[in-house]
Amino acid sequence: MSEIINILIGFFILAGAVLCLIATFGVIRLPDVYTRNHAASKAATLGVMSILLGTFIYFYALEGHFNSRLILGIVFLFMTSPVSGHLINRAAYYSGVKLWDKTVRDDLKEYNKKMMGKSSAN
Amino acid sequence: MRKTNNIILETAIKVLLFMIVLYSVYIFTAGHYYPGGGFIGGLMTAGAIVLLLIAYDIKTVAKILPINYRILTSIGLLFAIGTSAGAIVFNVPFLTHAFGDIQLPILGELSLHTATLFDLGVYFVVVGVTMTIIQTIGEDE
Repeated sequence: MSEIINILIGFFILAGAVLCLIATFGVIRLPDVYTRNHAASKAATLGVMSILLGTFIYFYALEGHFNSRLILGIVFLFMTSPVSGHLINRAAYYSGVKLWDKTVRDDLKEYNKKMMGKSSAN
Repeated sequence: MRKTNNIILETAIKVLLFMIVLYSVYIFTAGHYYPGGGFIGGLMTAGAIVLLLIAYDIKTVAKILPINYRILTSIGLLFAIGTSAGAIVFNVPFLTHAFGDIQLPILGELSLHTATLFDLGVYFVVVGVTMTIIQTIGEDE
């Protein structure tokens, strides 16, 4: 029982740390703001959530302490981090940050052009 | 007022605000036995209101929370000076606090301490001062 718990704790914390490391590599290696934000807001969220889950299991199984703040932290992070990633991307797009050179598709640009045309027609 | 069409942020804030305010109240009430207290609790409540200010504009927030923060600050100072000066009535030095185990009808036996009222004063002052600073900088009319 205790061994399984130890392995579980080790797995969650190591997986979280590795995911955060992968997120950092993504931020360094990827070409433009949008892909970097994609790496940072997804991988880092899951990584920090795994670390918090590992910490929660550690305190619950080995110390007998149910720490509800960690659960709240997991839920809070799960809700806020994608929203903040969305807001950063949106702010970058509307302040005119260029997409990567090899991008083939920009639906939002066409949509905005169409909406502009419609509002000037009215 | 510019229409921003920022529905993701507004919907997220509707849920998140309750969690932040709840956590700030927890931090405030647990301050005697755990890390926390009036200062961090007040700052966190002010942070929740600032989050509302980010999502909506200043007039909408004033409609949602019709609070004059300068009056809130003075109420907080009144709490602090009142709980401190109340000791003089009982012929003990200034800032002497009292506590006791009190039997309440529904809640049962509670250990109540007047330092909580002092902390409530700190909480009100922190919320009031932070919001006064941010609103004064924020509004440009």
